[in-house]
Amino acid sequence: MPDHTVWGQCDMMETVAPGAAAARPEGSRPGAVLRRAEARPIIEIDDVVKTFGAFVAVDHVSLTIREGELFALLGGSGCGKTTLLRMLAGFERPTAGRILIGGQDMTDTAPYDRPVNMMFQSYALFPHMTVEANVAFGLRQDRMPRAAIRERVREMLDLVELTPFAKRKPHHLSGGQRQRVALARSLAKHPKVLLLDEPLAALDKKLRERTQLELVGIQERVGTTFVVVTHDQEEAMTMADRVAIMDSGRIIQVDTPHALYEYPNTRFVAEFFGTVNLFEGQLVEDEPDHLLIRCDALANPVYVGHGISAREHATVWIALRPEKLAVSTTRPDAPHNWDRGIVEDIVYLGGISTYHVRLDGGALARVTTQNLERMSAPEITWDDVVYVSWRPDNVVVVTS
Amino acid sequence: MRARPLFLPSALALGLTFLYAPILLLVLFSFNESRLVTVWGGFSLKWYGALFRNEQMLEAALVSLRIATTSATLATVLGTLAALILVRFGRFRGRLLFTGMITAPLVMPEVITGLSLLLLFVSLETTLGWPSGRGVDTIIIAHTTFCTAYVAVVVQSRLGGLDRSVEEAAMDLGARPLKAFLVITLPMLAPALVSGWLLSFTLSLDDLVIASFVAGPASTTLPMVVFSSVRLGVTPEINALATLLVLVATVTILVAAAVLWRQERGQR
Amino acid sequence: MTTGSDTRARAERLWARAGGGDGGPRLTRLQRLAARFGRGAVIGVPYLWLLLFFLLPFLIVLKISFAEFRIGVPPYTPLLEWLEGGYLQIRLALGNYLFLGQDPLYISAYLSSLKVAAVSTLIALFIGYPMAYAIARASPSWRAVFLLLVILPFWTSFLIRVYAWIGILKNNGLINNALMALGLIDDPLPLLNTEISLYVGIVYSYLPFMVLPLYATLEKMDVSLIEAAADLGCRPLRVFLTVTLPLSMPGIVAGSMLVFIPAVGEFVIPDLLGGADTLMIGKVLWSEFFTNRDWPVASAVAIAMLVLLVIPIVIFQHYQQRQAERAEET
Repeated sequence: MPDHTVWGQCDMMETVAPGAAAARPEGSRPGAVLRRAEARPIIEIDDVVKTFGAFVAVDHVSLTIREGELFALLGGSGCGKTTLLRMLAGFERPTAGRILIGGQDMTDTAPYDRPVNMMFQSYALFPHMTVEANVAFGLRQDRMPRAAIRERVREMLDLVELTPFAKRKPHHLSGGQRQRVALARSLAKHPKVLLLDEPLAALDKKLRERTQLELVGIQERVGTTFVVVTHDQEEAMTMADRVAIMDSGRIIQVDTPHALYEYPNTRFVAEFFGTVNLFEGQLVEDEPDHLLIRCDALANPVYVGHGISAREHATVWIALRPEKLAVSTTRPDAPHNWDRGIVEDIVYLGGISTYHVRLDGGALARVTTQNLERMSAPEITWDDVVYVSWRPDNVVVVTS
Repeated sequence: MRARPLFLPSALALGLTFLYAPILLLVLFSFNESRLVTVWGGFSLKWYGALFRNEQMLEAALVSLRIATTSATLATVLGTLAALILVRFGRFRGRLLFTGMITAPLVMPEVITGLSLLLLFVSLETTLGWPSGRGVDTIIIAHTTFCTAYVAVVVQSRLGGLDRSVEEAAMDLGARPLKAFLVITLPMLAPALVSGWLLSFTLSLDDLVIASFVAGPASTTLPMVVFSSVRLGVTPEINALATLLVLVATVTILVAAAVLWRQERGQR
Repeated sequence: MTTGSDTRARAERLWARAGGGDGGPRLTRLQRLAARFGRGAVIGVPYLWLLLFFLLPFLIVLKISFAEFRIGVPPYTPLLEWLEGGYLQIRLALGNYLFLGQDPLYISAYLSSLKVAAVSTLIALFIGYPMAYAIARASPSWRAVFLLLVILPFWTSFLIRVYAWIGILKNNGLINNALMALGLIDDPLPLLNTEISLYVGIVYSYLPFMVLPLYATLEKMDVSLIEAAADLGCRPLRVFLTVTLPLSMPGIVAGSMLVFIPAVGEFVIPDLLGGADTLMIGKVLWSEFFTNRDWPVASAVAIAMLVLLVIPIVIFQHYQQRQAERAEET
């Protein structure tokens, strides 16, 4: 396993070699990556650049999305994810680079001639048409026979469970129902790829969580490739087979949610995808079978059970997930991978508690523990002196 | 999206040319030496001189300004009240009639408004003895009535877009409704009040038909003088007058727009 | 300490009750009375003004349209007269309306007014729609500039803008001079005082009224609807016909009414730019009143015009109402 840590994976084209994916523990959808890995590419984005005046929205992005995949573009606002999606739909023309859909160059193809459909963030339902007419709209443009349209619309409304609402106008529907009409409308033409722009952003939290799983279920049933743009990392984790993390127009890392969380390739990914304790340090020893890192903030050196082949004394960062740290009142014996501190705050969240420990070096460490027993009185409380420790194989080392 | 079609920009350009070409030509020929409005005979300011020596015109301009100032002010007060009623007062008896009376003057043909007001004034005079004769006062009443509708529409849209919670905060802090309105709402409405007033002023200054019906012998307004001289033929004096009016309107609007724009930006 | 919802509830109570019911413990009886009076006064002043100077005049026009012409002050006969013995005599002279119905002059004036107004409205729509659409799709800073440019002519004198066309269209006017200088024509084309000049004048004067409401609806329209249609396979022209056009219907209706209704009763433009044979009802009413001094017939002409315009006015009001309600919702 240590061989599959992610350093040095700067190749944006294809970060997951099929073998590596198979060797890794699977993400949220068991078997998905293995199955998709053999599928052929449906979207190939080749060195695409998009500028608006002096502003570079998308900066030399290359990406391959495979047939049948549920792929997420994740990033903060203004990171270029929506621009990239709009270029796939054909609403924006790339300043440079090519876009291939189903093996065909579609860079200059108009939106109405592309075999992809989009579900808009605002849903963009036609307010002057009924649910039925909205779903049938795309089919009418193809001059499909009436009977076939009727059949397809029925099928689609069945899929999203909106058959009783066929004759209603969009403004008589709830937010969740509108979202499903938009989904049905964009799926009706059986597109090769469905593009979803923040598909759940307009829903409230409860409904959003339920709809995430519904969307995944529908995707598995219809087998269409989904490309979802989202700013919500939990949403990306729940739904996607693979996630591309974007920042300032570039793709930082493309991987399964599991790999992104456990093997981030940069500080940015580690911090963006979940909570993390980051410490800057110098590489003291770099052997094929282990690393030794000294951090200014930590009293003891950090030992990692594999090498990274960087130059000696290089600056690196260690990333420690809160749930992979242990907190205890007894001092560990080991020569490395622990530190001492004082409990500054305890955040009790029911299932878990997070301890904010002020280390002797001044840095703050967040430690999450599970509250497994109901009756146990908390052993650790405010202002206690505690020891924070971690296992060598739980340390993530990133060089940038 | 794709290659932008040239149709829309060129349609806009043509439309604006259509709107502006006649006005620009009018301005150009006001500096014409020749009496013929359409043949260029060299640059001259003599028509401006003639305009300023035309006493009838000057007198009418003064009458018009007096009427426009008064009726714009009255209409701003009434129109603001009307907008407030429409947006803030909820339901009350006769609301439907009220909304009808506010919006109808916007589209009512001027000849009808003019005739009906004249007949009203005549009837009032025969039954109540007021107003005795017609003149500036009756024109002011007539102009105030139709300008009120315009002010109401302008203020109504602004009032509808205002954030109620600011006013509510004032009331929460102890201001009574009237005080909250005067201290909080009114300043926020100021841009709409200014544009409403300017709009009324312009409409009043511009009106020929209604004024012709309700005017008396001693109250000839500027449009009435212009109309009768235009009917007799084209004269460069009118061009000079037109240029001055266009100049005043343009400067006023640009200044108002700039002020409102800066204020809007300041509030954000 | 008050929470947000408390604030709102209290403020609403204050507003709704400014006067009526119990205005909360802090208002004394006198203050409540004052507040109620205040609310009444705020409604009452503009209400009375409009009743007196807008509604009442129409009733008087209606009344006088049933009177008969006479020489005197006022120049019409009274409708009600007390006769000896306590009889009230009501004389409704229907002659004015019969006269309108019988004289072909009036009927053709009404018909041609409707025709001129309808054609002008259509032309203004065809010119104004692309303009409004172009403005709505321009970048926000350009949008402000274009809007100002559309509104600006409206602020300069209407009479003078009509006058400007005389110089352009007359026989030795700019167009004819230019065409003759180019050698395209030998004799001046008759442009002024024809149907052409009439339409030019009306469209020119009322174009801003068409553009502004169209712009308002087009600007509010969600661009993603157009993108969605394109995404679903719709070509630009079809997108326009199936999505943009139906959704801009409110703007089309409002703009058309704002042009059509005043154009029907227009007086200045047909008088200055129209031909001697141009019959428009506004002009007829004007001459009936100022030249013939027949107030009862002029009143009947006005009432008949109003009856003609009731439907468009109601449509316009309905639209205004909806706009206002939408403004309140947001």
